[in-house]
Order: sequence, then C-alpha cells, then structure tokens
Amino acid sequence: MQPFSAFSLFREGLKGQKGWTPQWRTPEPKPAYDAVIVGGGGHGLGAAYYLAKEHGLTNIALLEKGWIGGGNTGRNTTIIRSNYLFDESAALYDHALKLWEGLSQTLNYNVMFSQRGVLMLAHTVHDVQSFQRHIHANRANGVDNEWLTPQAAKAFCPPLNITANIRYPVLGGALQRRGGTARHDAVAWGYARAADALGVDILQNCEVVGIQRDINGAVEAVETTRGPIRTKKVGVSAAGHTSVVLGMAGVRLPLESYPLQALVSEPIKPVFPCVVMSNTVHAYISQSDKGELVIGAGTDVYTSYTQRGGLHINSHTLDAVCELFPQFRRMRMLRNWGGIVDVTPDRSPIIAKTPVPGLYVNCGWGTGGFKATPGAAHLLAWTMAKDQPHPINAPFTIERFRDGHLIDEAAAAAVAH
Amino acid sequence: MLLIPCPHCGDRPELEFVYGGQAHIARPADPSALSDQAWAEYLYMRDNPKGPHAERWRHTHGCGHFFNLVRDTTSDMILASYRTGEPRPTLAADPKGAA
Amino acid sequence: MSAPYRTEAGGRIDRSRTLNFTFDGARMQGVQGDTLASALLANGVHLMGRSFKYHRPRGVLSAGSDEPNALVAVRRDDARYTPNLRATEVELYEGLQAESQNRWPSLRLDVGASARLLAPFLAAGFYYKTFMWPRKAWDRFYEPFIRAAAGLGKAPTQADPDRYASRYAHCDVLVIGSGPAGLAAALTAAASGARVMLCDEQAELGGSLLTDQGALIDGQPTHAWLADALSTLAALPNVTLLPRTAAFGYFAHNLIGLNQRLTEHLPTAQATGVRERMWSVRATEVAICAGALERPLVFPGNDRPGVLLAGAARTYLNRYGVTPGRRVAIVAGCDGAYRTALDLHAAGVTLAVIADVRPAADGPLLRAARAAGLIVRAGMTVTGTGGARRVTSVSLAPVRADGSVGGVSETIPCDAVLMSGGYTPSVHLFSQSRGKVVWDDALKTYVPGASVERERSAGACRGSFGLAAALADGANAGAEAARAAGFDVAPKTFAAEATEASADSVIGALPQPASTKTGEAFVDWQNDVTVKDLHLAAREGFRSIEHIKRYTTTGMATDQGKTSNLNALGVVSHALGAPMAEIGLTTFRMPYTPVTFGSLAGVSRGDLFEPVRATAIHDWAVEHGAVFEDVGAWKRARYFPKAGEDMHAAVARECLAVRSACGIFDASTLGKIELIGPDAAVFMNRMYVNAWTKLSVGKCRYGLLLGEDGFIVDDGVVGRIAEDRFHITTTTGGAARVLAKMEDYLQTEWPELKVWATSTTEQWAVIALQGPKARLILEGLVESVDLSPEALPHMSVVEARICGVTTRLFRVSFSGELGFEVNVPAEYGRAVWEAIWAAGRPHGLLPYGTEAMHVLRAEKGFIIVGQETDGTVTPDDVGLGWAIGKAKPDFVGKRSLARPAMSAPNRKQLVGIFTDDPALVLEDGVQIVAAPGQPTPKRLIGHITSSYPSAALGRSLALALVQGGRARMGETLYAATAEGDVPVRVTAPVFYDPDGARVNG
Repeated sequence: MQPFSAFSLFREGLKGQKGWTPQWRTPEPKPAYDAVIVGGGGHGLGAAYYLAKEHGLTNIALLEKGWIGGGNTGRNTTIIRSNYLFDESAALYDHALKLWEGLSQTLNYNVMFSQRGVLMLAHTVHDVQSFQRHIHANRANGVDNEWLTPQAAKAFCPPLNITANIRYPVLGGALQRRGGTARHDAVAWGYARAADALGVDILQNCEVVGIQRDINGAVEAVETTRGPIRTKKVGVSAAGHTSVVLGMAGVRLPLESYPLQALVSEPIKPVFPCVVMSNTVHAYISQSDKGELVIGAGTDVYTSYTQRGGLHINSHTLDAVCELFPQFRRMRMLRNWGGIVDVTPDRSPIIAKTPVPGLYVNCGWGTGGFKATPGAAHLLAWTMAKDQPHPINAPFTIERFRDGHLIDEAAAAAVAH
Repeated sequence: MLLIPCPHCGDRPELEFVYGGQAHIARPADPSALSDQAWAEYLYMRDNPKGPHAERWRHTHGCGHFFNLVRDTTSDMILASYRTGEPRPTLAADPKGAA
Repeated sequence: MSAPYRTEAGGRIDRSRTLNFTFDGARMQGVQGDTLASALLANGVHLMGRSFKYHRPRGVLSAGSDEPNALVAVRRDDARYTPNLRATEVELYEGLQAESQNRWPSLRLDVGASARLLAPFLAAGFYYKTFMWPRKAWDRFYEPFIRAAAGLGKAPTQADPDRYASRYAHCDVLVIGSGPAGLAAALTAAASGARVMLCDEQAELGGSLLTDQGALIDGQPTHAWLADALSTLAALPNVTLLPRTAAFGYFAHNLIGLNQRLTEHLPTAQATGVRERMWSVRATEVAICAGALERPLVFPGNDRPGVLLAGAARTYLNRYGVTPGRRVAIVAGCDGAYRTALDLHAAGVTLAVIADVRPAADGPLLRAARAAGLIVRAGMTVTGTGGARRVTSVSLAPVRADGSVGGVSETIPCDAVLMSGGYTPSVHLFSQSRGKVVWDDALKTYVPGASVERERSAGACRGSFGLAAALADGANAGAEAARAAGFDVAPKTFAAEATEASADSVIGALPQPASTKTGEAFVDWQNDVTVKDLHLAAREGFRSIEHIKRYTTTGMATDQGKTSNLNALGVVSHALGAPMAEIGLTTFRMPYTPVTFGSLAGVSRGDLFEPVRATAIHDWAVEHGAVFEDVGAWKRARYFPKAGEDMHAAVARECLAVRSACGIFDASTLGKIELIGPDAAVFMNRMYVNAWTKLSVGKCRYGLLLGEDGFIVDDGVVGRIAEDRFHITTTTGGAARVLAKMEDYLQTEWPELKVWATSTTEQWAVIALQGPKARLILEGLVESVDLSPEALPHMSVVEARICGVTTRLFRVSFSGELGFEVNVPAEYGRAVWEAIWAAGRPHGLLPYGTEAMHVLRAEKGFIIVGQETDGTVTPDDVGLGWAIGKAKPDFVGKRSLARPAMSAPNRKQLVGIFTDDPALVLEDGVQIVAAPGQPTPKRLIGHITSSYPSAALGRSLALALVQGGRARMGETLYAATAEGDVPVRVTAPVFYDPDGARVNG
C-alpha cells in the first residue's frame, strides 16, 4: 500500500502525479475463498478489512454488484452520533464512534471525520422529556450528551432561529459534542485500499444471483454474474437489497426497503458549524467541507428500489429548514438524490448469524447506517470469524422479533401525548 | 408524488393516501394456535420484493377505503389496482398474480 | 453613449432604454434586454469570477444556464441578497447591484490566486492523502482552513422577506423548451384543442431562434416566424405560456416540477410581488424539446477570460448586440462554429484566425465560410493561450497524419478565443424520467432510449440536429402527444430553409505535443478539474465514471457538468483505453438548474407552516392568561399563571383548588370515536384488551389498546351509550392513529362485522369538572337528570341537556376527585364553559391546565400513554393486567403477550419513587441504579417516567419503571442525576387517597 502523507504528496507533486498507483487492484475472481462479503458499501468493505486485519482471514473476497460505495454509503448525509436511548444501542453506536475517532490514522486515508457536534432540537414538552431521558441514559452509559437552553443552542449554532413566535419554537436541544460528520466516499475507498493491501480481492460488477447450500443446509457457494465462487462463510451487508440476497438462501427478514432522499445546496462560505437535527419539524442539516448545505429528512412512505422519491418530500423538508434557518430561504437546491434504506420494525439493526449455517447478515440500519460504519464492519467481521456475535451485537438478532426483545428506539421518540 | 388509481375514485395524487404495507397478509384466525416463530412471520417478516409488489393503500383524504395496488418497486409503475378482498390479479408483468 | 463592444445595430435588446448597474462597485451601463453577462461584455469586462480551487481568473464561458464561471451575488438590500447566480441568467434592471465571489480582497487581486503556486500538489483528491497528522490538528486547523477556502458565494445573513407561491396544474401536453422543436410541438398539439403548457427557462421564448440569422421558416425570416408563432399561441385559450420557467424535475407518473421566476428581472421598487412560483404539473403527455448544450474544447489555457463557446458568442452578437472582442480567434471542433465566424465577419469583427481541430475538417458551413472569403486552417490543435486576466493570444500547432503534434507552435495575438466541440443533447429530463440513455456511435453522444413515462423527446435533445429536423421532430412529437392524450390531430409541417451543419464533433482532450510541458487543460471549469486530474484518477484505479466524478469532483459544481460531462467521459475513455459507451454516464438528478429553497417551501411558512388545532375553549384560555404547549398540532393550555407566578406556583395553586373545591379543564383535544352497529361490542372485544359484552348501557370502562406486538399504544374511557353504540375516547396524540387502526381491521380483516367508526373529536367540546364541589356546580345547569351518586355513579354516562344544549355527561375522573366530563357540541363549547364558569366561581372554581392535570393523575398513579409507556411497555408492566378480559379467546396484542420476553421476570414495572429529600424533584428520564458510585457504563435498572412537586403531599413524587419493581417495595435505590447518585425509596404507584374514596363523593 503506497503510503499517503504530506511528504508523499509533495514528492509526487514534483513528479507530476505520475507515481501514484491504483488504490486497489482489479483482480479476477478466484474459484474459492475462505469467506465472502456481499455488498461493497462502507460496512461490507470495513468487514473485509477487519476480517483480514484482526482475524487473519486474508483469502477473502468482497463482491459488489456495481461500484464500491455506490449505494447508501455514497448517498447519505454523513451524520455521525451515538446518543441513542437504550443501553444496547448506545453501546453499539459508541463502539462505532470510538473507531471513527482514529479511523483516518488506522487506514492512512483522510476520511475527514469532523467532531463538530450534533445538536438535536426539542420543540415540545414531550421532546424535552424525551431528550432529557436520552441525556440521563447516555451519561450513565458513558456517552456524551448535554442539554442546551435555546440561547446556548444559538450560541453553538448562530444561524438557528430561536424566536418564540414560530410554529414550533426551539425549547432547547441535546448536544453530542463528539458527534459530527465524515466524508462518505473516503470511508469506502479507505477501507477498500486497506483491505486490498491485506490481500482481500475486491470484485466489482459482480452480482450475487444465488446462494448454494449443501445437504445439511450450510452455505457452500455463491453464484455470481462473474461465475460461481465456493465458500463456507458468506456475510451479507447489502442494505436495501438484503431481502433480495437473503431470499436466495430462503431466509425471510423483517425488512422493508424505502427511498430516502437527501439534497445539497450550492456551496457557500462557512456559515454552519455543526449538525442540527429536528424530529418535530422533520429535517437535518449540516455544511460539508466543500461548502454545500447537506440536508435530509424522512423516507418516502412506500417501499421502492428506485432510489428516488417525491417532490413533496423535498418541499416538506425545506419548509422545515427555512423555519429553523430563515436566512437560508434564498439558498438554492443544487442536487437531490436518493438511496434505499432497509427498515426493521424496531428501527434497530440486525448484525447476526442467520438460521443458515455459514450465512451472516448485517442489515436493518434504516436511515442511520453511515454513523455505525466502522462499528458494524468490525462486529460483522467478528461474528463471521468466530461464528458468534460479539457482546455488543449479541442483542441485535433476527430472533428478537420472535421473542419480543425489540430494541425500539423510534417508539420512545414518536409518541406525542 | 405518485398518481394512484383508487378503484373507487380514479387517479388521485399520493398525498390523499396512506400506505398500508404488503397486501394479502391475513391475520391468522386463531393466533393462539401459532408458534412464536409463525406469529413473528405474520407480524414482522415481509417479502420486500424488488419487482411487482402487492400492497395496500388507504384513500384517507378521499373515499376512506382501503384497496390494493400491484406496483413494480424497480420503477414505481403501477400495474394494477383492485378492491380489498379481491385476489391479486394475474398480470403479464407480475408472475405472482392469481392463476 | 454606447459601450465599447456594443455593435452599431442589431440584437433583440432595446437600445433606447439605458440601464445603470454596478459590478463590484464600479458603475456601468447596459440596455433593456441585457443580461449582466452581456452588459459586462459590452463594456469590455471579461474578468467576472475566480474558480473554486485555484482562484484562477475567469470570464464567462457561455450565454445560458450552463455557465460555470461567472457566478455573482446580487444584492437588492441586506435581506434580499442572492449568491451564486449566473451572470448569464441575471436579467439587467435599473439599479442592479452585483458583486463577484470567492475572491479577496478584490477580483483583480485575489490572495487566493497564490494557490496556483501549490497547484502541482493540489491535484484531485489531495486532501484524502494528507491532513492526518497530528490527529487533533484536523479539527483545530486543517478542516477550518479547508472550509474557509471552500464555498463560493456568501450565505444571506437575514431572513428572506420575499414571498413564494406554489400551484398544482394539469394539462394534456406539457412542452418543455420553446425552440423550434418546442414551438412546432406546441402549435401542433394546441391546434387539436388539447390543453398545452409551454415552458422555457429563458426570459424570451424561442430558444435557438432568438440567435438565428439567415434561415427561413415557411418563407419568413426566423424572427418574424417566431413572433407569429408566439402570438398565435398567446391567443389560444387552451395554451399557457411560461417563460422564465425552468422545468427542473421529472417525477414519477408524469409529475413535472417547474420553477417560475416572477420578479428577478424587475427593479427593486417594482419587485414587490411573489418572487418565484413552483408549479407541480401533472401532464398526461410530455414533449421534451430541451435542445442541446454546446461543448467546449479541452486544451491548455482554455479557461482564460475571453475564451468563450462559439455558439455563445454568436448569441451575444445576434441577441445582445455585443462582440466578445476586436481580434477574435475561432477554434472549430464542429461545423456549427462557422456560423459564428460568418456572423462576426458580417458584423465587421476582425477574425484573427480560424483553426479547425477536427480530424477531417469539412461541412456545409465550413464551405460557406470559405465561400465568404474566410481563411480556415484545418488539421490544427491548440497548445495554449496567453494573457493573465484576459486572453491575449492563442497558440496553434499542426496535427500530423498519424495524430501526433509537432513541438513548435505558432502564437497568434487575439483578444477572444471562441471554441466549439459540438453539441450534447440535453437528456437530463429524459434521464430523470428513468428512461435509459443509449450511446449513439454516429453522433458520439448519449441520446434518449425507450420511454418509461408518457413522454417523447424531439429535436436536438434527441440528436436531431438542425432547424428542419427540429421543426419536423417537434411537429411529430406534438401530434403524437395530443393523439395519445385523446385528441384528433391535424398534422402540421413547417418548411425550413437553412444551411445545416454536418454532424461531426470533437470530444475529449485535443492532442498535444509529447515533448513539451503543457499548461492545464480544463474539463470542469468551476471545480478546476483538469485533464491531468482525470488521468490521475484512472491511474489510481478508479474505473467507473461515478468514482472518477467523486474523486475529481468533475461534474459536481453548480453547473452539474453541463459543459464538462461528455468531455470528461472522452478523457477518461482515453485514459482507460475503453470505449465511451462502456464507461457510462453519471446519473442525472433533479434539479436541472438550482431551485430556491423558498420556492420549494412555498407558502408553508409562518402561520401557514403547519395548521394550529385549537379547541372551542381556546380563546377563553388565551383571555385568561393561559400559557400553552404544543401537543401534536394542538395548542393546549398548560397552566393559568396569576400575576407574578411561575409555572410551579401556578400548578400548585391549581392542584390545590381541584382537591379542595373544583377545577375546570378543557379536555376537548382528546380523541373521540363514535362506534355504532350491531357488532359494536364484538368489535370492541377484538380491539381492546377489556371485556365489553357485559358493560351495561350508561356505564363506562377504562379501555386499553395494544398493538399486535402486545405493547400499549393508547388508552381512554369508553362509554356505552346504547347496545350498539360506544363513545370511545383516546389520547390527544393518538386519535387519528386509533381510528386508522380500527378502519384497517374493519375493512381488511373483519369486513363481515356490522359496525362503523366515525371520528367525533372535533364535534364534541369536553369540559372536565374535577373536585368535591363539582356536582354542586353542575346541578343547577343540568336539566332533568339526577346527578346523585346513586343515580349517576362513578364511571357512568348519561344523555341530558345542559343550558339548553344536548350533552353526553360522563361521571369520570382523571384526578381522583369527584369528576364529570361534560361533552357538548363544539359550537356550544365556549358558551357552556362560560355558564359553568359563572356558576362555579362562587364555589372557588379555578381553571387548570395540562401540567396540573398531569400532577393530579400522577398522585393517583394513573399512567399517561407516551409518558409511562414508550412503545415497549405491556399492560402488566404498568399494573394494568386487571383490565384484560381473561375469558376472551383473542384480542389485538394477546398472542404477542405470550412471547417469552413479554413476561420475563426482570421486566421494568411501574412503581412510585420518593426521593429521600422531599424537596428534590427529579428530572423526567433520570435513570435508576441499584448501587451508587458505579463507573460508566452503569447498570441501569429503570428510569423516572413522571416527576412533580405535589402540593397535596407537600413533597415531590415520581413514577418510574424499574426492573422487578413490584417486588422492591420499600427498597432504597439511587437516581443517577447529573449531580450524582441520589437515594430514593420504592413505593406503591399511588400517592393520594389510595383507596379511591374521594372519587365516589
């Protein structure tokens, strides 16, 4: 792996950039591997990396039906935080956050992880109660989260409108200072380069079209558009396409795939210092290092694999943004796009063994997968390598739906009484 | 915004409707007879197909009826619209329709 | 006196109307009809901006919405300040104030330009390779530096006072683009009687016809034909013409988003109306006549101010009466460039050189140029340009037969370089419609493939270049669209006489000498992406155009690759050694051009942001000084402070009043559902946990509603009005959800049941009277009904009249005191409230709000759904297992309650909590631990769900959910507050009048 540094930049700059080499190889598929990851997003690429790095499994392949990072990893609004309510969730997301904190150095790739703070706004008495409960639980769980008054929220985010005469005035907010953003493409490429350097074969344009099982029902091969590949371990990290892939092994999941849209404004000079999220007025916003305001909201209401949604969703998102930040009303939307988010009934993910021996799944991240990228990757790799979940992902099984052990983050927030 | 053909009212914009999830999942007549696994199948497991999907919608800001659509989730094109209680229609584009 | 580069005559401008404007503070003049770009060019100003990364001096490249360089901010006042506008789209008005961007201290002397010294080290993706050490320097130094250098314009600093509107529209045929194809389509479709809408992003309709000289349509010069066509269309009642209206998005099922600009072109004093209007158009059929975008040539130094697209220069000449220079060099990569040469020549402009860079230079227009006496040097390439803030020369070299280039270039002085590589069909909207574009090998470009929606493309946007083809294509498209929409169409033809260009063109980088070190050849102007950057991406292993785009940022600027996408593809194809068709195109996404947030938000702001739901009593509460809280969309009175009271004082007083005399409370927001039918009780049994069959008429029961997953979703008192009629109440926030759930089961699971559910939430105003004096106060007002405890016991309902008005009078209590809820038709709500108020004042009646209501019920241990429950709580968890009808074979949620986790021993259970310090009121949500002083992560065993100071108890109280709570009575646990672990005692979750005697008063 050609090291990246200011020095190598300088040296190559003098040589007209001619000395750089491919960040990852373009190998031909081998007929067999010790393990295969299906899905070349951040989670999958990271899992391949950790399998090789931490578990010594280097004879592995990552199969991506299109181009790596082309799914949700390349389409999200880059928000990173770990201030979830339930103990299991806080542990999961904070595991990821701790990995984020050294990721650029670990991968020798600047993923531009910026801990500029995530501020969640409260607009009703119910919101305030909900956030207070989060703050208390987070503190007890060792996750940073603090309450800000409206004035303190505005001091932290000057463009914020805290006047009392809007429809849903800001009553305060919960701030996680360790939260922030990162450059999504860089995470995918950084993991890809590091995994490739350890010997992982990254196979793009390689779509899995079948999963073959032996007479005991265990995984023995995958069929792909680039030929069959024998393997006894398959980890599926395919986000919105998980139902499709797992269906090839006869596994049904509690997943539904929805369009999630996002948009950016034209770039402007720095004006927005942090991430702001509001559940009541339905929008979240930050400013990228390029200067664009990055804005998102909720999903469209129907399931779809089209990666696009309705115009009215954008209107509704932007009317909320303009109420909270009225000076942005004259800004212009530059580009809008969509991804496919796989949603579970309790809005918590599944990182687990499936009923099929040798088949593992990481899915159900819904609208919140990017923040968990290094954590999910690490835990999927662990689960595959040891054929056992790590204590952190042990609660996030498929069986919890059968048994009633749901980890329902959404329910706590949603019920206005 | 989708244009949804309500079987009672004709084409109306998506904002008049509420999505109701996968269609033809009948509540078991005797839930107590089901194992936990089977009950979880009913409650939570879904086909989530990439292709024609039979799904429920309700015309909340209109006639108020529930009804079903077959919509191709790869294009959002609506292949059929039919009333609650009717079987999934047979369509050339939809191999899962009733025989 | 006219500006130095204004021609003597010609153009579509009104030379008699001079307009004054400023650019970076410098006063200049233009004329009515100018854009800011044309006015600046007329004044000889080419330096209009600085590029994103290298801060290179830049001038305008194009004449339209594809402009990548000339981005300006326009200021009407401090609040109406708009950054990142394209000077080519800013319509000049009297008093326009514009300023350039991304430069400091000035456009001419920009400190950021020193970045060029570091340019060799700032290649694409450089920031991924560095800024990693030391770690803390990223947040503190590197990132702030990058962010300060990034961005283009400045955000407005004040709230936008302009208004925006929106409209839904339907039409039979929407024609997008009003050039020859669009006009032909519109004329043909409109003649059939179809409702036609025709939109164009430009101020004037006409598209390429606005620039044309010399062609004839149906025997008329184009400008005359255009005028006739427009007046024909304007006169037709079934036609809507929308200039200044960009079709920015194609959505599913033929919904097209249009953004109409209404006041941007007006002087400030007149720009008072709605600024922009968003149209959501549902078109039965669409004809996309979006034309084609001119492609620049890629050669070193192609970004100097004064280097423009040749067709754009022709637009400046013919439409705005402006020449780009006095000694103009033309570099032709397509036959169409010669139109510019001919028109400039006819206008008397000196042509320094005409070089043709096509491998085989030929075509009707080249021949016409030669016939006009112009000298064309074929087989050339451009190796560079000279000049700093304005181009001063162009360097050319011959291309040998084998494609190589010699080392010696010839430098030719000039003050403008006009280049054209050909035209790229605008497939953006087609692509947004989810049709697949296909590679056309003959045209060397992507064209629309099969339609997915009800649309068709016509003219240049589908590769049918030339005036005759556009007219014919458009007429066909219009006819086909109108026919498909159900109209009888008489076909139209339009005869064109014009010299048509040949089809060949140039894509990708022009060949360069191998030996010499060449300057930067730009592919994406705004983001400073060069040929070298694209080669670097290929070298680093990026193979898909999507990866290359993201790595180099080509095509990601505010022009979204309009002038760069295809050239980037050409360069990448060369770098990878793969045909362009294999590499693919990046996805086109809406908006085609940027759309103002305000336009998308429309009228949904301020009072119209979201509706306020207010009860019939609302105004009375306002008049009596209530402080309100939002519950869903409702405003509810939270407390009624007297002068000098804070919330705690007011709530304490209100609670004491309820328990000692009487309180009056507006419960109108709670959901109400009238359930009617012979199967009403059967349905209730299936939906709610309780048994309903034996509930007598006139009696009430506390109903508990679960999800199928077994968790509590709602609750409320239900009264049996008749054998076949129940009056159901729900929580305020859950009303719509509960009714929707009922409808779901009624329509799709149990359609055989004869029962109907109707929302009556807004039909009944509900006045709650709670307190020992409640009966006393009501007696005088309620007619012909015995209110005695024997006749109307707790949990009863009776129909009666109060103050002459129908009432459903409930004897219910959420406070634990003697209580009634007077339901009257909402239109009488306030009148009855005021009558009760008047009757009650002498008895000490006081109004109370939701906060006091919460405290009173907590003193009695009554749960509130959404506070004691959070979607994860079962009936048994909160001690409501008694409500379940044990004999019922099934109800919604019953099966799930039998799952293992739902009766696990250590589930959290509802308990009461007393802090050791009676004055300490814990915060909602404080976590409970068994042992103090644990390190994080602590072992959390519960949380406070409700916590209040209790006037009745004279101390604080709280409800909590604690693991195995019911077995912990009397135990000491700890509340993990922010200030430290505080000891608390577990008690029964009922604090006041535990035997419930007071409610029977």
